[in-house]
Amino acid sequence: MTLALEVSGLAKRYGATHALRGVDLAVAEGELVGLLGPNGAGKSTLVKAACGLVRPSAGSVRVCGAPAGSPAARRTLGYLAELFRFPGWASAEELLRLHQRLAGSTGGVDERGELLRLVGLADASQRRVETMSKGMQQRLGIAQALVGNPRLLLLDEPTSALDPAGRRVVRDLLQELRRRKVAVLLNTHLLSEVERICDRVAIIDHGELLAAGRPDELARPSGVEVDTAGGTHRFDGATRDEVPAIIERLVAAGERIYEVRPVRSTLEDAYLAVVEGHHD
Amino acid sequence: MTDVLVIAGLALRESLRRRVFVVVVALTLAFGALYTWGASELFSDVSGFGIGRLGLDPRTLAGATLLGLAMFGTLFLGAVLAIFLTLSAVRGDAETGLLQPLIVRPLSRSHYLAGRLLAAAAVALGYVTIVYAAAVLVTGITGHWWPERPVAAGLRLMLAVVVVAALSLLGSIFLSATANGIGVLMIFGAGLLAGLLGSIGDALGSGTIQTIANTASWLLPFEALYRDALRLLVQDVPGVTGAIIQLGPLGGSHDAGPLLLPWIAAYLVLTAVAGAFTFGRRDL
Repeated sequence: MTLALEVSGLAKRYGATHALRGVDLAVAEGELVGLLGPNGAGKSTLVKAACGLVRPSAGSVRVCGAPAGSPAARRTLGYLAELFRFPGWASAEELLRLHQRLAGSTGGVDERGELLRLVGLADASQRRVETMSKGMQQRLGIAQALVGNPRLLLLDEPTSALDPAGRRVVRDLLQELRRRKVAVLLNTHLLSEVERICDRVAIIDHGELLAAGRPDELARPSGVEVDTAGGTHRFDGATRDEVPAIIERLVAAGERIYEVRPVRSTLEDAYLAVVEGHHD
Repeated sequence: MTDVLVIAGLALRESLRRRVFVVVVALTLAFGALYTWGASELFSDVSGFGIGRLGLDPRTLAGATLLGLAMFGTLFLGAVLAIFLTLSAVRGDAETGLLQPLIVRPLSRSHYLAGRLLAAAAVALGYVTIVYAAAVLVTGITGHWWPERPVAAGLRLMLAVVVVAALSLLGSIFLSATANGIGVLMIFGAGLLAGLLGSIGDALGSGTIQTIANTASWLLPFEALYRDALRLLVQDVPGVTGAIIQLGPLGGSHDAGPLLLPWIAAYLVLTAVAGAFTFGRRDL
């Protein structure tokens, strides 16, 4: 099966600064992958390399089998930059029509209407960009990225300006895209979003891929907490299988058990452990 | 080629919606009104003079000087328009995030540049054509003086504006919008100063000054086109009148020779190749 995105040994250097140092990453068709990392980790550079906006210093990037930056690759992807701006004088409808023409889309008015509906802007089709809030512009940006039915969507901080309702719209949209087998690489700082919707997570820092896997793999069980009459006992590292033995021991010791909770590390814990471990 | 037209259309709509043209038309109408008034006053002042003992024709002198001035004004305004339509085309638009959503589409970077140049050239050429034709008509109607080769001169003026637009577009790949605008306007001013220096060199017969001016003309050929356009207006005016016109600050003493137009074509091709090559390798 052709991968939607295949990054092999990708390195990018800006003068003396190494933005990426040999990153390997794959995104399968229909897979939703979260890209995490601190500011300056190289996330945006990776996304830009996939779009063909920056030229790799070493390694390769392929989009749906075609070299990144080639017309064939660009025909299959949609992109929303972290820093983007659309012509303020254009209406939402005009902007999408422009991108339909550039993308060679034949979707016409139906596609434009469908995309605006998907991002919750169905009532704003004639509204000019300059009169929209930043959050509306960000949703319009996502609609723009979806013009032409891309097979890979590259979203760089797509929810940074959104309120909770807007984030929910985007979350629902991403799940809808997964149903439509559209692959998504989501670059974000919102770990809760990633934990909730992504199939896999990749953590990079200082241009290196530090960890990758399913969110529940990275956020491993980290212990058991037991509430007793004498207070809360924490058993770090204990697993679910050890819970009966723990209870037996406590009861034998005369404790009265009120509640037992397995403790899971959150993705945030896992993220901080990986990134801070890399800094040490 | 469709994507070239899409980008050109986008740039044109940007100008229309931003009301650039409203400002330009208003200022040009003011310039035209002042020119008409000035021309009518000047021709009225010289109408009583006959051809003098030295053979000086005051009507021709007034007409050629006025039209030379109008050509300078037209070139300046056309160049400003071309610069403002292109100054932020690449780096400026990339810095604000306008460019990236367009470039990730299956649109080649050289087609993007071609679209931007097409839009700027179309606007600037249309503008120069209208203003220059109006100046010729006003000069002819108010003073009954018509230049010798108005079409050839006008074509050189148009080419000069296209050269300025191409230079501004090339500069936009390397410089931010403000730096590029200032840079190209300074280059434009330096080129015209070199032309004036050349006229002085011709009047004084100074080989060194002529060499400096000629070098500048080949490096910045919009200036050579402007001086050649001035020459075409009055090159056949005979006697003392012709000599005075040609040696004046708006005169046409300089003949760039038959290589000028081929050099302009080569210059534009070289600029396009340099732009496509550097933009193609630029990280955004």
